[in-house]
Amino acid sequence: MSAVTLRVDNLKVWYRTLRGDVQALDGVSFGVGDGELVGLAGESGCGKSTLGKSLIGLDASMRHVGGTVELDGKELPIGDPARMSGFRFKEVSIIPQYAMSAMNPTRRIGRMVAELLESRGVRSAGVHDELLRRLALVGLDAEVLDRYPIELSGGMKQRMVMVISTLLNPSLLVADEITSALDVSTQKAVAEALVDFRDRDYVKSTIIITHDLSLVYQIADSIIVMYAGKLAEKAPTDTLVAAPRHPYTRMLLAALPEVGVRHDTRRLEGIPGSPPSLLDPPPGCRFRDRCPLAFAKCAEQPPFTEVAPDHLVACWKAS
Amino acid sequence: MLSLEHVDKRYRVGTFGGRELVAVRDVSLAVRPGEVVSLIGESGSGKSTIGRMILRLTPASGGTIRFDGDDVAGFRGARLRAYYGNVQGVFQDPFSSYNPVFKADRALELLRGPYFAGLDDRAWRARVAASLEAVRLDPGQVLDKYPHQLSGGQLQRMLVARALLLDIRLLVADEIISMLDASTRIDVLNLLGDLKARGLGILFITHDLSLGNYLSDTAVILHRGEVVETGPTARVFGRPEHPYTRSLLASLPQLHRKWDRTGAVRGPAGEGG
Repeated sequence: MSAVTLRVDNLKVWYRTLRGDVQALDGVSFGVGDGELVGLAGESGCGKSTLGKSLIGLDASMRHVGGTVELDGKELPIGDPARMSGFRFKEVSIIPQYAMSAMNPTRRIGRMVAELLESRGVRSAGVHDELLRRLALVGLDAEVLDRYPIELSGGMKQRMVMVISTLLNPSLLVADEITSALDVSTQKAVAEALVDFRDRDYVKSTIIITHDLSLVYQIADSIIVMYAGKLAEKAPTDTLVAAPRHPYTRMLLAALPEVGVRHDTRRLEGIPGSPPSLLDPPPGCRFRDRCPLAFAKCAEQPPFTEVAPDHLVACWKAS
Repeated sequence: MLSLEHVDKRYRVGTFGGRELVAVRDVSLAVRPGEVVSLIGESGSGKSTIGRMILRLTPASGGTIRFDGDDVAGFRGARLRAYYGNVQGVFQDPFSSYNPVFKADRALELLRGPYFAGLDDRAWRARVAASLEAVRLDPGQVLDKYPHQLSGGQLQRMLVARALLLDIRLLVADEIISMLDASTRIDVLNLLGDLKARGLGILFITHDLSLGNYLSDTAVILHRGEVVETGPTARVFGRPEHPYTRSLLASLPQLHRKWDRTGAVRGPAGEGG
């Protein structure tokens, strides 16, 4: 990957709660190359959705504590909703987790799209032909524009939202768990559409947020694994799956049942324990309490460093 | 132990109930003691409806469901209570299976009146502790807590413990691990594997083929309410015969094996569009 589209540097985003700050994203740094499709994987509460949301602008409960996000060389004003709205949809776009509720239920889809475009100062007639072309590409009839969202199946809604989100060719697309509610065959079609949109330069870079490593393995160029608000490992997809270096990544992969693996012949093991509370997280490596390799030095936070080309790991034992 | 013979489920739909929707059509299957049968299907395949009919949460429209040879549809009063002493269900969302107003262990406490009225406090507590330990929960950690203070994995295991309290013989497990994280999911699966070794029959309902494969002896593939393929799990996954099973397996994302890229980006046939 030569040119870098997105650069995130030491980003910290916390949630304000009555009991204190939840340090959901605590010093995250990575880059996404031009045309790169990155899978962002992790378990519930690891901060992956917070990271995705941070890139398109914070909501009221989130606080930008530090760090920067740079897109195409310009710094994104992620903490400033008013300025951020100039970037959203045009430069950065998101396909939210629940496409079911992403569209206005009281409007026919075509009218909703036109209103959305006009609210961003774009003449809808000018992009209508392109809209039809892209609908055809994801296997939807132009006739869906005359329907209400409720008349579409889950997979159709998901593809519709995908077309709307990328209509203005954003530099960065964040796809948040967009296939988790779908059946396997629909899931494959939606995942392949993401690759297709990248191949056709509708989007420059894509971040796919998911809990399902085997799904991103199919389509991503590289994978980032998050744990408890920090990045654990980032590597090219095949390296991450075949030769992971972080103990968490290894244990997570070992806990996934695959077709052909059976309980009576090969018993898989989970990861004992649970992640620390992010309300007041302990210092040092956050995986320490569950890690079989932990030693005294883990009381100190390991840096997220390159152990091989494009392979970054936050673990003292990995280098 | 459990057998379904030509079971149907039809719903009246439409504004005046004028149309008929067939959710389950002519399904026959059996679960023997110590056997795990995976019921695998996509959304709308009727898999949960079958589980609900077995648990008598909804009546079958045709066919017979038998437990030890007796038609379950005829069970009333004491016989129905005895049936629930043998057959229990655990469902997908552990958070909505509990009443958030009460402590989580009330789910266990509620069984005491109908099933364990003769037990004194000490014997009851010992029994609760034993069933919690059987699902590898520490009673000290999970008793006297509200549902929001426990994790999804803990709540789900507590529901299995509740079923074990009754010494059940058949568990209907409807997507019980779909909402759990990968690192804790396998613990619940292994637990089911241990219970199977102790003779529990399990109907494992899932949309996820790789989870259906890990435990089960027999796989039943459902499509739009009908059984399209059934057989020993290794055979169904290794040499699928029905085109639908083959297409399901081909779309399943697997580690270490990449999809054949179709190139064309299209929804599945029959999805409309």
